[in-house]
Amino acid sequence: MSAQQLAAEERGPGLVARATGSRLLWPVLALVALLVLNTAVNPGFLSVEVRGDRLYGSLVDILKNGAPVLLVAVGMTLVIATRGIDLSVGAVVAIAGAVACTSVATAPDPSSPSAAVVGMSTALAVCVLLGLWNGFLVSVVGIQPIIATLVLMTAGRGIAMLITDAQIITVNNPTLNAVGAGFVLLLPVPILISVGVLVAVALLTRRTALGLFVESVGINPEASRLAGLRSRTILWTVYVFSALCAGVAGLMIAANVNAADANNAGLWIELDAILAVVIGGTSLAGGRYSLAGTLVGAMVIQTLTTTVYSIGVPPEVSLVFKAVVVILVFLAQSPQARGLLVRRRRRPAAAGSPRGGGRRAPGDGAGSSGGTGSTPVREDAPQEHQEVGRA
Amino acid sequence: MFKKTLASTVGAVLLLGMTACGSSDDAGGAAGGSTSGGGDDAITMGFAQVGAESGWRTANTASIQASAEEAGVELQFSDAQQKQANQIQALRSYIQQQVDVIAFSPVVETGWDTVLQEAKRAGIPVILTDRSIDSPDDTLYATFLGSDFVAEGEKAGEWLVEDSAGADQVNVVELQGTTGAAPAIDRKEGFESAIAGADNIEVVASQTGDFTRSGGRQVMEAFLQSQPDIDVVYAHNDDMGLGAIEAIEAAGMVPGEDIKIITVDAVKDGMQALADGKISFIVECNPLLGDQLMELADQVVAGEEVPKRVVVEETTFTQEEAAAALPDRQY
Repeated sequence: MSAQQLAAEERGPGLVARATGSRLLWPVLALVALLVLNTAVNPGFLSVEVRGDRLYGSLVDILKNGAPVLLVAVGMTLVIATRGIDLSVGAVVAIAGAVACTSVATAPDPSSPSAAVVGMSTALAVCVLLGLWNGFLVSVVGIQPIIATLVLMTAGRGIAMLITDAQIITVNNPTLNAVGAGFVLLLPVPILISVGVLVAVALLTRRTALGLFVESVGINPEASRLAGLRSRTILWTVYVFSALCAGVAGLMIAANVNAADANNAGLWIELDAILAVVIGGTSLAGGRYSLAGTLVGAMVIQTLTTTVYSIGVPPEVSLVFKAVVVILVFLAQSPQARGLLVRRRRRPAAAGSPRGGGRRAPGDGAGSSGGTGSTPVREDAPQEHQEVGRA
Repeated sequence: MFKKTLASTVGAVLLLGMTACGSSDDAGGAAGGSTSGGGDDAITMGFAQVGAESGWRTANTASIQASAEEAGVELQFSDAQQKQANQIQALRSYIQQQVDVIAFSPVVETGWDTVLQEAKRAGIPVILTDRSIDSPDDTLYATFLGSDFVAEGEKAGEWLVEDSAGADQVNVVELQGTTGAAPAIDRKEGFESAIAGADNIEVVASQTGDFTRSGGRQVMEAFLQSQPDIDVVYAHNDDMGLGAIEAIEAAGMVPGEDIKIITVDAVKDGMQALADGKISFIVECNPLLGDQLMELADQVVAGEEVPKRVVVEETTFTQEEAAAALPDRQY
């Protein structure tokens, strides 16, 4: 009860004040700017039409192709909120696709719904096991998360290659395909799944005290444990959940092209997911997290990719284009960098050499997102823990 | 404080990753070295493969492994997972192990001079397979065995010119391979030179799909939105073409009829799609170069003179030819 009140308080004042003060403002502006840029180059960009059983348009493609990153990022958000990180999700994506497609391809009737269900369930069961392994290393053995999940990151793709025998496994199963490329109620199935999971996690963690528990473990696991929280169970759970999300994302990616590609499926998706979480304003230092931010972050990343394709950025410079956009978003998000800019405008002479300032700014940005994200929560923390302890 | 921790952990991670790769290579090398020490006449070959990014590549790997076994060549095999750094590391470990000959398919064209100098100094001949390097010094390698990618692009372009003779305007979108990779650069160049004379053919958009199905599908989806009128897709490999088929079908169009697809490679899944009428034309890029490679390795190790460039024999397939060839296809 008291925890819920606190959660309500934490959500803070009115909507407008939150919107202007929020660090979400800048990623949302970036998203809007990208959409405007696309529309300027290609006026039909925002149009969406109904074709048969589905909506058709660039926005639909962005939602569909962004769904796997979003789903992985939702799992990653909770892991990061516990001051952890899960580098293994890309490998888990590859393993999930490999297990599902190999199972379907070797089934007696490879195109039957039952083969797909068996394949997908096996894949998700394997992913839960992988999550248990990560959680075990982090919460029981006490290995630093970045190292613990690195084990699976490097080994996992090898496991996937073993499963597929280093071949691309092509399957032709309508049920499996629907998970990655199907449409229900005119909308792509993948985004329905991802947003469904996002909403479920939001309800589960924000309507109950679970979210506070996760945050308090991220702020101080030992204090949380002394306050009566089962830190270990919570840590373990978030890693299993992250692996499960990655597994479902793996099914989407494999189903989208009807093939399991152990080498390329989910390659670097862990970095995209971490980027999505960070763009969304969640601090890597643990503690407070924002699921809405993660949603915006994932959409910014996918829109950026689609933009490169549709406005015709030459492949040679596309990575630079992406990097520039991401750096701009981070600079805009950082109060220090903005402050620096404003101060220099007022007193250009006193601001120091432009090169030094420019180089310092990104570092300051990273520091500030850590500072502003965690410091206020840290101040509340003892109080929260007392409340939780009493409740 | 946190930044410092992160930096040091990231450093540790990189280091760990490197030592992990290094140690696995070394372990393989130690085992290989001891066995090859026993029989002096057996050739030890270090082969650094690009990865297993496509069906073509896996067929290529299988061919090399099978031919090595047949020829009695001790094969040290490494998979670079499409990263140049991994491949350079593999080459260095082969140099340390003092293999008799090194063969590799460079991930990208440039940046090989230093490591190949090291091989040259160690007296180990290098054979490039499938992809070449871009270096002013052609003494760095003994020979280059591979397909002529420019000719492949030309064949694709020539077919299109012939096929679209008499048509008003043919809009082509191109799905490029990995940026900077030789096949991507050469297939683009060959195609462009072949269609240069045809005023009715125009490449309206060109993006990289990284030689993967997912990449091909995503890029094609974006093209279908941003380009109002697409007649032909030219994909630098079958897998991207297969991804494009998914995208075209999802847009409610019929691949092969509404939009024609030309690809390069002729792997089994691609040939199947060609026989089914979804792809219109495939230029073969033959991965079965294992036998030729072992033969060259023999000659190079024996100190015989070999031509600087050996081309793999290749053909093209139309839909009818694909249907006929499919039953006997090895890969």
